[in-house]
Amino acid sequence: MMTDFPILSLMTYLPLVGAILIFAMGGQKSGHDVGADTRAKFVAMITSLLVFGLSLVMMVDFNPHTADFQFVEKKVWFESVGISYHMGVDGISVFFVLLSAFLTPICLLASWFSVHTRVREYMIAFLLLETFMIGTFCALDAVLFYVFFEAVLIPMFIIIGVWGGARRIYSAFKFFLYTLLGSVLMLVALLTMIIQAGTADIPTLMATEFSSQMQLWLFLAFFASFAVKMPMWPVHTWLPDAHVEAPTAGSVILAGVLLKMGGYGFLRFSLPMLPEASEFFAPMIFVLSVVAIIYASLVALAQQDMKKMIAYSSVAHMGFVTLGIFTFNMQGIQGAVFQMISHGVISAALFLAIGVVYDRLHTRDLNRYGNLSKNMPLYAVVFVILMLGSVGLPATSGFVGEFLSLLGAFKVNHVIATFAATGVVLGAAYMLLLTRKLVFGPKINDDAAQMTDLSLREKIYFLPFIILVLWLGVAPAYVLDRIAPSIEQLMSHMNSKVHVRMDVGYGQPNVGGAESPQALQSPQALQAPQVPNTLNELSEPDVSPEMSSGLPKEGQAQENGAEPVGRGQDKAQDRAQGNNSRAAQTHSGPQRTHMDHKK
Amino acid sequence: MTDWNLSLISPIMPEIFLSAMALLLVMVGALKGDKSMGFVTYGVIASFVLAGGILYSVSDTRPFDTLNGMLVVNGFSNVMRGLILTGMVFSSLLSLNWLRQNNFMKFEFPLLYLFSAIGLLFMVSSNHFLALYVALELSSLSLYVLAAIKRDHLDSTEAGLKYFILGALSSGLLLFGISLIYGYTGSLNFSEVNAALVSAQMLPVGAIIGMVFILAGLVFKISAVPFHMWTPDVYQGAPTPVTAFFAIVPKIAAFALIIRLMTGPFAILNDQFIQIIIFVSVASMVVGAFAGLLQSNFKRLLAYSSIANMGFALLGLLYNVPEGVGSVILYLAIYMVMTAGVFGILMSIQRRGVALEKIEDFAGFAQYSPLLAYSLAVLLFSMSGIPPMAGFFAKFFVFQAAVGAGYFNVAVVGVLASVVAAYYYLRVIKLMIFDKPNSDMAFTPMCQFSQLIVIVASVAAVILFTFMPNQVMHQALEAAQSLFPQ
Repeated sequence: MMTDFPILSLMTYLPLVGAILIFAMGGQKSGHDVGADTRAKFVAMITSLLVFGLSLVMMVDFNPHTADFQFVEKKVWFESVGISYHMGVDGISVFFVLLSAFLTPICLLASWFSVHTRVREYMIAFLLLETFMIGTFCALDAVLFYVFFEAVLIPMFIIIGVWGGARRIYSAFKFFLYTLLGSVLMLVALLTMIIQAGTADIPTLMATEFSSQMQLWLFLAFFASFAVKMPMWPVHTWLPDAHVEAPTAGSVILAGVLLKMGGYGFLRFSLPMLPEASEFFAPMIFVLSVVAIIYASLVALAQQDMKKMIAYSSVAHMGFVTLGIFTFNMQGIQGAVFQMISHGVISAALFLAIGVVYDRLHTRDLNRYGNLSKNMPLYAVVFVILMLGSVGLPATSGFVGEFLSLLGAFKVNHVIATFAATGVVLGAAYMLLLTRKLVFGPKINDDAAQMTDLSLREKIYFLPFIILVLWLGVAPAYVLDRIAPSIEQLMSHMNSKVHVRMDVGYGQPNVGGAESPQALQSPQALQAPQVPNTLNELSEPDVSPEMSSGLPKEGQAQENGAEPVGRGQDKAQDRAQGNNSRAAQTHSGPQRTHMDHKK
Repeated sequence: MTDWNLSLISPIMPEIFLSAMALLLVMVGALKGDKSMGFVTYGVIASFVLAGGILYSVSDTRPFDTLNGMLVVNGFSNVMRGLILTGMVFSSLLSLNWLRQNNFMKFEFPLLYLFSAIGLLFMVSSNHFLALYVALELSSLSLYVLAAIKRDHLDSTEAGLKYFILGALSSGLLLFGISLIYGYTGSLNFSEVNAALVSAQMLPVGAIIGMVFILAGLVFKISAVPFHMWTPDVYQGAPTPVTAFFAIVPKIAAFALIIRLMTGPFAILNDQFIQIIIFVSVASMVVGAFAGLLQSNFKRLLAYSSIANMGFALLGLLYNVPEGVGSVILYLAIYMVMTAGVFGILMSIQRRGVALEKIEDFAGFAQYSPLLAYSLAVLLFSMSGIPPMAGFFAKFFVFQAAVGAGYFNVAVVGVLASVVAAYYYLRVIKLMIFDKPNSDMAFTPMCQFSQLIVIVASVAAVILFTFMPNQVMHQALEAAQSLFPQ
């Protein structure tokens, strides 16, 4: 492995160099300078393909057995204020980097002929967007992260506003201001944490303990930003507007990458830095997630605009992600990350698929289409595969993510999980409805019946999606293996923060069993320096026994089957081990990974 | 002073040089009349550049008091003087094109810039309330005349008159405050006032009232709420290069004075001082953000934007330590550079040789001059505090100061105001880039070399700061440290 080769910076700034190159090559100011436009297209395409190539090199070099940050680069940025230029990826972020690098060339290819005006600016905007996206997922400094996270707004605002549909201005403003409003609150939280920790370095911030009272506020501030970005109900309303009005490629990036920044933020900031507040607010997140899943699915059912339907389905799918993340168990978080990756592939491809018919008929109205399987058989096949992936049919990538996050949810709360599971059915309902009307159904319009099937260019960019949907569906281990160590470390990290408190409290007799969960539920209990129990009980009074013994026991508990005795022993053992609990976690690590492979 | 030698006045050589140049150029103008316009204008710009060079060569980090303790020159005043001279170079470069286009031949115009600059430079070094007042009035009187320089123009004369009357009121407040301070401490020297207040058994109420009046006078100069009423009218009425000058330079000097007072004579009154700052800051941010939403004239919009910006800059003062003051200096520097660039581009957005001011008229500008339009977009994104531009870091550090001092709620109000303000910047960007021209008349972008220097410098600085911030940060912090006893 080339250790000192700055591959992450290279991937981040290569698109920027491409953008500067396009800018420098110039061309005529107004009107169509076809030569310059074509040059710009090729420069953008070559740059983004190079970045994708680099991302593949990164994947090959990526060591799947460690949870440490890899390809780390650290340089002085703002000396004297503890802000550094720190880049690195772990098992969670590496796939988002790959996803960003994968989707950008496809977006450029998809808009090769459909963008006619201001082509150079379009290419520059997409390359800048790629720089900021990759930077967001690589940043290991909170300020650097924020810079990239916010900077994404600029190219996306311009993409929606210049090349968007009829209500593009409204949507662009809504997108920008909504996201900005959430983010600035996160900025205040970041500032508070930076001042307390004395540095903006993310690994150091993760190791810093913040007081429980402070965590609650910090969590809410982060939540404001990430929930908008996800988007979670009820702050999702910008998404349908932005999706509908954005050009196809804009929707692809929006659904494929930008929404994942919220989930990534939860995993990178909220959970490891604010574990107690995360557990405290988990019930709220569960409820919001379930509402999002059911409500957004029902809304999707009623849509006539195909892009809007997919947009609402994104809200529902992101509900599974937040649900999974806040289960705090291996399956749930793995499922959430996998769901994000899978959604990044499937929904991106679905937007492209809608873009294909939109390019031909220039309408997104579902009622204008019908019976496309007749004249566009190949398209019908592609669409049905993608639809099944979105529905979560086994053997597609959508299944793995939904299944794992639901599994994680069932371990925490049956009621929530049951409600969430109805979302799978509703998801099938609207996706099948869409497919029936679009691909099958009666012939409605002559012009729809005369549309040509996929061109070679379209075949080229759908092929990798189809392969990915099926490959991730049948062999999810490639991804799961690589994210497992990082999630394991995240969980043990969260528990170590909780265990520190438990160990302190354990000196007193009858802790845990004697304390009623209700008493612990008040925020006052959180403020107490010695909270004599795990916070699982605190956030979830009706939690199942294996949960209350601490999260790392998950794998073992599962292995032991369902006998209550076994669980009790586990629990007792865990308490007895006390300080050794971390060792126990590391020990249980490989077993759990093993378990996950079998699924 | 018995043994006098040159080294005693060497730190104020830039001011002395500029004064000599001012007298010389007045003579030239008086003898040769308006024909000497070109010579005087370039002479003034050259003087600013040379004064900058002199400042660089005489600047010393050690504090140095001169003219019997009237002035104290230290690291802080060196940096602020550097900023002021840079701002003067920017604003006089920006005026060149306008002078030529409007065939404006009055040699007083550049000279007023020069006189005003001398006043501003003395202001930031003053260590005595009388020096402060004299320097402030020297610059202000020049500014009043500049605002009304188009004397056959209704808007301009109205702006001049309004500025003058309100300015006179604020000077009155300032003088009243100074007299109270004198009455309660028996001195006008900053360090003696401080000593008197420190040694007082209980803080004299009169001194606190005096401080409030002095602060009111200065808050007027930085156009913060509640003394902001003049700003939109003066910005709109004054000729655009004069507005640019108003927007960048005098505010920096007045801000420097506020910082000096906070850390010098009124250090002991910090609690009371901070209360005023909190109110002024929050009110400025909120009023600047919301009132800007309704504007249709770009110069009025910039007036409200500057009101909001002053509110943001004041946030840094809540943290009365070098880091807090350093964040303010950084904010002012970045604000100055951004504003200069915005005005440079504003003056080049023209149709048939007439500069446009209504925001609606900017529609579709990107199709005629994408470079200028995107440069303005970069500057406006920077002003609204969107990373990766310098404006974000300016806001970042003042918010950090506010949070560091424990004023979370003020910081939250600030960030929310910045979101509101982002809307009006975005609106301009939207009109330029997203919309189609609202008139068949073609844009004739007009960008002279002198203007181009300012625009390129501004855009480059705003982008490059992100990549190499340390030099600037270091200067700001060092300047701030010189104000605090080690």
